Amino acid sequence: MPTERSRKKLILIDKSISYTLMILLAAFFLFPLIYMISTSLNPDELDILKRMGSIKAFIPSPASLKNYSDVFARMPFLRFIFNSLLIVSSTVIAGLFVNSMMAFGLARFTFKGRKLLVSVIVALMIIPFETIAVPLLLMTNRFGWLDSYHVQIIPFIANPFYIFLFYQFFIGFPKALEEAALIDGASWFKIYWKIAMPLSKPILASVAILHFLMQWGFFLWPLMVTRGPEYRPLPVAMQVFFGQYPRDWGDIMAFATMMTAPILILFVVLQGQYVKSVSQTGIK
Amino acid sequence: MAKMFYEKKRGFKYAFIFLLPGLVLLITFIIIPFLSAFYLSFTNQRLISRLPTRFIGLDNYKKILGDDLFWKGLLNIFKFVIIVVPVQTAFALGLALLVNKRIKFTKIFRTVYFMPTVTTMVVVAVIWTFLYNPEGLINLFLQKISFGSWQTVDFIKNENWAFPAIMFMSIWQGVGFQMLIFLAGLQEIPISLYEAATIDGANNWQKFMKITLPQLKNTTAFVIISTTILAFRLFDQVKVMTDGGPNGATYTVVLHIYNMGFKRQYIGYASALTVVFFLLVLAISIIQRFLLKEEREVS
Repeated sequence: MPTERSRKKLILIDKSISYTLMILLAAFFLFPLIYMISTSLNPDELDILKRMGSIKAFIPSPASLKNYSDVFARMPFLRFIFNSLLIVSSTVIAGLFVNSMMAFGLARFTFKGRKLLVSVIVALMIIPFETIAVPLLLMTNRFGWLDSYHVQIIPFIANPFYIFLFYQFFIGFPKALEEAALIDGASWFKIYWKIAMPLSKPILASVAILHFLMQWGFFLWPLMVTRGPEYRPLPVAMQVFFGQYPRDWGDIMAFATMMTAPILILFVVLQGQYVKSVSQTGIK
Repeated sequence: MAKMFYEKKRGFKYAFIFLLPGLVLLITFIIIPFLSAFYLSFTNQRLISRLPTRFIGLDNYKKILGDDLFWKGLLNIFKFVIIVVPVQTAFALGLALLVNKRIKFTKIFRTVYFMPTVTTMVVVAVIWTFLYNPEGLINLFLQKISFGSWQTVDFIKNENWAFPAIMFMSIWQGVGFQMLIFLAGLQEIPISLYEAATIDGANNWQKFMKITLPQLKNTTAFVIISTTILAFRLFDQVKVMTDGGPNGATYTVVLHIYNMGFKRQYIGYASALTVVFFLLVLAISIIQRFLLKEEREVS
């Protein structure tokens, strides 16, 4: 049996190893992001190139916001932010309604073919977007939808995965929950809106976060359906900007920082909810 | 009496209005495009064409057999899966074990490790292109730790290095996500199991092998399957960093679908590629599910 003292010593060693490891790993995960920010603050492009391979790259001196104003001068950056925010928020908000309503319909009602419909939804989860991208391009082209907002919104509102997450949540409610309301003559819509939705705040937040992240980073489809800066969202704008030579790394990093910082801040603020929503994806 | 009253009100007539918007959207934007991928794959459909669409049977599929670029992309994806999936899964498990310890500040570290996942892949690709520069930080770092014997490499433009560079970056970006999944799994293991093992005199390694790993079977299965499928979908970082080059070293199946279907507008041929891609993803998930389930039953 180890003595109390040697046990304490072991715990201390274990702790210091853990902290050293965690700090080293934190450096590994953070340095590219810090590097992005510090480079974005360096106004001198030659200096950036000179410093890119040295530790000095992390300390921009003199620091300035010139690259940021350059970004606004060189391209309609506000337009890209607006496009992204509009597309993502419309998709997510409409998605919350459509997906939760469908899940409610599947979870709280008993009708013929209900089980089959649930299995179809589960089966649809396995179809990767890449499989339908090409036929969807042909279809939306025929609709005359190319280069628009709605071509980036409407096809992505309903999502079998989010329906499934809501479904799992709604199915857990006891029947008694709505029976009293039904006897009182409440409509199903009222039950959905006044009983089910308020009880579903955690799952609503999770689905909103997951859907937001997905849409915010969405690249393949907007690349296919947008032509000019008018309807282009941030990731495509970034790629186009990045492809212009000669590369101005200061400006590129300022663009990247403006695209990333708000999300990172939001993430740190909503951290707990975030963690929950990701873990939710692991629940099978 | 009352029971019959509300049971009657649970029929399809009442559910219909809730199901309608979702059904319409799912059918229009997932089911129809999915089915038409199969149909189109037997035609010579172009995006914009004056010639009428013709049914050409299996021609597109025959063409895939002789399409070197497709096979190159597929081979690359298999390389990606074989390296990235085990490395990322093991790394994620290690991270989860580390931040699951009952010591202070672990929440902060969790947040930090998860930050790359929140960062958009296109942005990540841009930052790492900068880091991978011949004069960039990665080369400097390798030179420092090898005491100057490292030969500077232009990672992105070097045929041997471009793909490993993208793999490394992809692990950096994605591992935080898997870490959280593992963390959720770890926290569901009953502490009593560990307490019982401690009384029996088990050491940490034995506890890990006999309790942690078996209890994490389902979580591990989920992580492996999802990482594999994400690997199959590899596109964003490759498009931004190399566009499949140099000399096809980073070419992938989805990039090929994009090039054929969108750039060259061969809708019919791209649809055939798409069908093959789907069947591959389907087969992989069925095989993995089967293998992982078997393992579960044996233990």
